[in-house]
Order: sequence, then C-alpha cells, then structure tokens
Amino acid sequence: MIDFLQIILSGIAVGSSYALMGLGMVLIYKASEVPNFVQGEMALLPVFIAYMLLSSYGLPYYIAFPATLLFAFFLGCILEFAVLRRAKEPNVLGLIIITIGLEMLLIGFVSWKFGADQRAMPFPISSYDSIIIGEIFISTLDMLTLVVALIIMLSLFLFFRFSKIGVAMKATQQNENAAALMGIKTNRIRMITWGISAAVGSVAGLLIAPVLVEPYMMWDPMLKGFAGAVVGGMTSLPGSVFGAYIVGVVEHLFGGYVSIEFKSVVAFVVIVLVLCFKPSGLFARHYVKKV
Amino acid sequence: MDMKRDYYEDVEFFTSGVIAFWLSVLVIGLAIFPFVAKNYYVYVANYMAINVIVVIGLNLLVGYTGQISMGHAGFFAIGAYATVALMTHAHFPFLLALPVAGFIAAFFGFLLGLPALRLEGPYLAIATLGFGITITQVIGKIKFLGERQGLHAPELTIGPWHVNTDKDFYFLLIPITILLAVLARNLVHTKVGRAFIAIRDADIAAETMGINLTLYKTMAFAVSAFYAGVGGGLYAFVLRFIEPELFSLFMSIMFLTMAVVGGLGSMMGPIAGACLLGLLDLQLRNILEVPYIGQWIKALSESYFTMTGVSNIQMIVFGSILIAIMLFEPLGIYGIWIRTKKYWKMWPY
Repeated sequence: MIDFLQIILSGIAVGSSYALMGLGMVLIYKASEVPNFVQGEMALLPVFIAYMLLSSYGLPYYIAFPATLLFAFFLGCILEFAVLRRAKEPNVLGLIIITIGLEMLLIGFVSWKFGADQRAMPFPISSYDSIIIGEIFISTLDMLTLVVALIIMLSLFLFFRFSKIGVAMKATQQNENAAALMGIKTNRIRMITWGISAAVGSVAGLLIAPVLVEPYMMWDPMLKGFAGAVVGGMTSLPGSVFGAYIVGVVEHLFGGYVSIEFKSVVAFVVIVLVLCFKPSGLFARHYVKKV
Repeated sequence: MDMKRDYYEDVEFFTSGVIAFWLSVLVIGLAIFPFVAKNYYVYVANYMAINVIVVIGLNLLVGYTGQISMGHAGFFAIGAYATVALMTHAHFPFLLALPVAGFIAAFFGFLLGLPALRLEGPYLAIATLGFGITITQVIGKIKFLGERQGLHAPELTIGPWHVNTDKDFYFLLIPITILLAVLARNLVHTKVGRAFIAIRDADIAAETMGINLTLYKTMAFAVSAFYAGVGGGLYAFVLRFIEPELFSLFMSIMFLTMAVVGGLGSMMGPIAGACLLGLLDLQLRNILEVPYIGQWIKALSESYFTMTGVSNIQMIVFGSILIAIMLFEPLGIYGIWIRTKKYWKMWPY
C-alpha cells in the first residue's frame, strides 16, 4: 500500500512537469491551431540562458529566474511574429513542418553552443533532499514542482477569468473574426499567447534542470506533455492538465508493477487506446466538420 | 497548360517526347554511373535510392491521401529487421525475404491505419509519432532481434550472383527503385489513386461519392508502409549493420522533410527532394572537410561554439531549409519547377 502511494505520488510529481508542457501546447493550439513541436525548445533555450546566467555570470537566483522567464516570453513572441505569422496559406501539415523546422534550428544551435555534455544547473534546493510524510518519501524538488505547477495553473485560471488580455485571448480563440470586429488586435494577442506559453514551458524546464541539463532534455517532457494534452483533448486547458497527470501516473504504475523497460513508451500506447474510443480526447467535445 | 482531353492522356506514361527523352537519358545515366564514379559516390547513390523509395511511399500517404505520418522510421525499422531476421533465422532467399518484409510492414501500416481512421491533424501526428517511438523501443528489447547490440546483415547472394560491393548492390537497388517508382506513379492514375486524391481534397465529399473511406485510408497506410518496409530491408544491406538507435524520431522527421521539400502531391518532387537532402545529409556529416566552409566553421566553433557540437550544424541547416520552404515555396522543389516552366513557356509574354 505504501509502495502504491509512493508510486502514485512520484507519478503526480512527474505529471506536473508534463502538465506545464501540455498547458503550453494547448495554449498555442487554441491560438494558432498548430501542434507545437517547438514547445520543448522554447523552454530549452531559456534553461540554457539561466544556466549561463547562474554559472558563468554568477547572478543570484532572484534575478536569473525572472530574467529567464522574461527571455522565454520574448522568444515565444519572436517565433510567432517572425516565422509562424509569415506562413503562406497555412494548413495543418505546413504549420507542423514549420514548428519542426524551428525545433531543429533551436536544438541545433543549443547543442552546437554547449556540446553534448550533461550538466546540472545550480538550484536553491538540492535534488537529493527529501521530505517524509508518514512513511512516504518525496523529494523536495518534486514537492516544489508540484506546488509551482499548481500555482501556475491557478494563476492561468485567474488570468483567463479576470484580466483583460486573458479575456481577449479567449475571445480570439473562440471566434477570431468577431474578436477582430470588437477591436481586439488578434495578431498581437496570438503573439502574446505564444510568449505566455513559452514562459509556462520554461518553468517546467527550470524545474527539470537541477537534475539534468543537456540539449535533448526537453524531448521527453514535451512528447509526454503533448500526449497528455491529446488525452485530455487539445482544446481544453483543464483537460490537458488532467491528461498529463494520467500519463505521469500510468507511466509510473506501469514502471513499478509491470516492466520498467517499457515505461517510457506506455504513454503512447495509452493515447492510442484513448484516441480509439474518444478521437478528440477525453474532455473536448467531438469536433464535427460542417460541409 | 496541362489540360487532359481523354482518359488515355491521363494514364499514358510519357506525356511528351521531351519527357520520354529525358527519362531515357536518366536511365542510361544511372546505368553507366557506377563505372565512372568513385566507390564513395556509388554508396551515396545507394543511400539516395533508399531515401527515394521511402519518400515515394510517404508521399502516397501524406501528399496524395492527406494523412500525416511522423512514424515512418517505425515501418522502416520493421522492414529492415524483418528482412535480416527472415534471412538469418528462416533462411529465406533475399528476393523472397524483401517482399515478405514489405508485407509485414504493410500489415503494421494497416493496424496503424485503423485508429487513424478516426483521427486527424494533431491527434494523428501524435499517434503515428508514438507508434514510431514504440516500435524502436520494442525492437530494442527483443532478444531474437539482437536487442541493443543490433544485427549484422547476412551475406547477400542471389542465385550465382554474390552481391558484395556497393557497386554490385547498386545494380540490385536501382532496378527495384525504378520499379517501385513506376508502380507508385501508375497507382496514382488508377481508381485507387483517384480515391486517395479525393480523400485528401474533401473526405466527406469523397464518401458521398461512394468512396469507401475505411478501405482506402487503411490501404494508403498499408501501401506507404510497404514502401518504407522494402526501403528498410534494402537499407540493412547498404549499412550491413542495423541497431535500434538508427531508427529514431529524427529519421521519421527527415523522411517527412524530404517529401515536403520536394513538394507533396507530385511524383518527381519527392524524388528530387530525397536525392538532394540525402546528399546534403551525407555531406553535412563531414562538414569540416569541405574546403573553405569547413575551415570557417571550425574557426567559428572554436571561438564561439564548441567543437563537440559541430555535427549539429546538420540540424540547423535542415531546420532552416524546412522553414524557408514552408514560408516561401509551400509546394517545394516541384512548385519552383512549375513556376519556372510556366514562365519560360509563356516567355516573352
């Protein structure tokens, strides 16, 4: 029983970083209708910037982390403004290809600059400490991930409910033409959405970084976050969070009880199964094409 | 410009004398190429031909049927492993093992096609992507298939002919490539091919016209997987050694890149894309040996970047090509060709 709880808890902790990536993807999917393969790298570059700020320039954490998130925000904005917006007659495949291209470009630059060495980022708390609740161990880093993810989800919820930009974003996603007629600059709103998404993603990146910093570190969280978002339905923010937690927990349960070897692929089997029964994910209303 | 007046004109192979002439020049050129080129370039040609086979198949799926696949490395791996395993464990002759491996891959394509019936856009992308990753993970755990150590390709003999060198293999590979290309080209001009195109353009309209979506969508996946499987089976003999890490997600993306850069939904475009990017891929692997650019890159890496990461220039170049093609010429090389042709045909008007 303790084992079981332990596994569930670590699944939820891992699921939190997937959830952040998934949230970023869903934000962008709702704004630009593109499954954003560059999500991982929009977090990767800021993580390496943070690494440089901390270890080469020796800045304190309270300056380095906000600076990183600001950089991530601008990176997301620039990508949308300079590349995605310029696409001619975009269709789904074309946009996917563009994001894949951006992803290769960014990962190429980062691994050219930093080589393939594995390193760990300095972080205020050590990744080896752990808290004991009853008989369950949880590392402080996992705990922090969980708490930060919850805070971000809550603030996104509040942002979309109460802030003017958030409401404008929702309006743009629901009906772009109507939103434009109401005086919303939809292009600008979309750009800001990309920025926010990149910032949310890089929070996940910063929380993974104390364990491992290397050019391919964001691949796995990105794919799992994508998988979680798809399980939840690409158009639903709470759905994507829930889906990401499902992916995390199922992965850990499978790793704990069935086979540790296939742990990393079970997520994809789960999504194929879910999609067989609910082709638009668990939480999205099934989209019926009008002829 | 290309108006079709009757059915025969649609299905005829050589649409004009010019095309017949240049195609025969191409075939003769391919036939004498290994006698004049250095051994390395014969290897390069083999590598390009493999890419051509896979990309033709992928184009049938993505370009003609409009389904996204990001898992073709999975079918490629299935083909490669099935060919080698059938030859070493079941002692099949090569010419039997290769199509059987193709059909095994096609069966997996059919299986993947079943959930794909209900999926589209991002859902299809993640499902096929997951398939590709899962297949290589699973293959890496099967003892029979050499686990992580990989498999060595067996000796290749066809009757009395021992296929040892790259040049020998070239004469086996190029006829297969041409055969498969012609098959694909003809398939597009049959009822099946027109059904694929109708599904791509408007699947609901196609269904109301009496096209069986279930049949043709799964068929597109199966045919495409067959091509990838055959390509994989041949690839095992180009490399002579296969291991699971070869068939990564990056490989699936490369195939998709080749098809897109060439121009989806055309026949010659993806072939050109596969050749050009295949060549570029091999050249970029040893970029430091290219004159001038190599030294410049070396100096640049030493002062601003790292030497260990130089191989990632490949990623940067391919990423930039992808973005540039999608932004400026969504139809790829084929689009450029069409525009040039139109311009010069109309010149000076």
